[in-house]
Amino acid sequence: MDVVWENRALLWIGLKYTFKLFAVVVVLGTVLGTLFGIGLLYGNKVIRAVLRAYVDVLRGIPLIVTIFLVFYGPVAYGVDLSPFQSIVMALSVFSAAHMAEIVRGGISSIPAGQMDAAKSLGLTFRQRILGVIMPQAAPIMMGPWTNLAVDIFKSTSLAILVSQADFLFSVQKRATAKGHYMEFYIAAIIVYFTCCFVISRAGAWATRRMRVGIAS
Amino acid sequence: MLSEHMQLPLLIGLRLPYQLRWNYVLDHKDWFIDGLILALWISVIALLIGCVIGLICAFARSSGNRVLATAVTIYVELIRNIPLLLIVFIFYFGLPQAFERGSQGREFVLTLLPTPERTFTVALAIYAGAYLTEIFGSGILSVNRRYLDAGRSLGMSRFQLARYITAPIMFRTVLPSLSNTFISLFKDTGVAFFIGSRDLSFAANKVNTDFFRPIEGWAAAGLLYFTTAWVIALTLRFAESRIRWNV
Repeated sequence: MDVVWENRALLWIGLKYTFKLFAVVVVLGTVLGTLFGIGLLYGNKVIRAVLRAYVDVLRGIPLIVTIFLVFYGPVAYGVDLSPFQSIVMALSVFSAAHMAEIVRGGISSIPAGQMDAAKSLGLTFRQRILGVIMPQAAPIMMGPWTNLAVDIFKSTSLAILVSQADFLFSVQKRATAKGHYMEFYIAAIIVYFTCCFVISRAGAWATRRMRVGIAS
Repeated sequence: MLSEHMQLPLLIGLRLPYQLRWNYVLDHKDWFIDGLILALWISVIALLIGCVIGLICAFARSSGNRVLATAVTIYVELIRNIPLLLIVFIFYFGLPQAFERGSQGREFVLTLLPTPERTFTVALAIYAGAYLTEIFGSGILSVNRRYLDAGRSLGMSRFQLARYITAPIMFRTVLPSLSNTFISLFKDTGVAFFIGSRDLSFAANKVNTDFFRPIEGWAAAGLLYFTTAWVIALTLRFAESRIRWNV
């Protein structure tokens, strides 16, 4: 493992890229996905149809297709995106589609009476969603959301397929240069496992905390 | 007909910088068809091997043997928390390099995994095995204890209990999850082109690298992935509804 330790500086650059990508995509995907999920449930006919098509298509094609189309598509039509922006966009639209389904499922599991009661109190749509529905749906959505976050972290490794210098890329580059494949791959397993494990533990902890909040 | 200068009518009167030319895809239909068949074939084999791994691991975990259960948990958690691409790299680049050049170990790896296709299938099967262990595990848990007690009172051995009571009941509950796993495995074959496996993504990438037509190639592949996954889902759902359970 000495050879890995000697190359830690370059691996760290890759890992930082992966962390940055993950952070941006989780935030963008969650925010967009929540909006899309609410649109799927409460939008008018046109909005619902468009979002349904969007969610089904993005969930139906492999992520790698989305990445390539977003990587080459906008640039070919004059929208100047940097490679990092492209990969962020690809992963965000992908995770937003999954998030939309999570939000739709979470809100659907709240009894309809809650919405009716909130309406009868004269609350506006925003108040109903933010004040009544979301606080109840959030603990239900937390588990699937954690899984999605882990999936996003793993999906950042696909950046290597469009030659972006993420963690897996730097591992692969160093492994090829030094010829010690297995050592580098074991290091990569440890890093990916630790990160994903931390994400899922943190998610489980947050879920427990949120349930306590509801019960009291 | 599709002309040489066919343009995407996105904005009328504006000459677009990138003109879609689908003839690059249509002229090489065979790449895409062969790739699609190979992708389906890889996912079927990976699902079958994965099911064997998953069944063995799930029963091993529920057997009550502490060592076996821990080993299965380590396998499942490890695979579920690392990217598929890393597993593929380990099998494709790592495994042959782990042995000395010309040693028996390397010869063995190279005869076992001679092609990128074979390597990817094995990596995908091991990846699928972890997820299928969880699916079969929850299937085993869903079997009511009373059935097992009834079996025990008839004097069945542990193997007989698993074979004649747990497995048939479990199979019904896991069937929808198996179809979902198959579809996601089919979509996961999309990364196979990176190690040179000639499946559907390889065709898309070849249109990109040979003719610099990334959008046409990948859009065609995406359309094929989407429709195939959709057809599979409909077929399997139909099949599930038609199965007459005679237990």
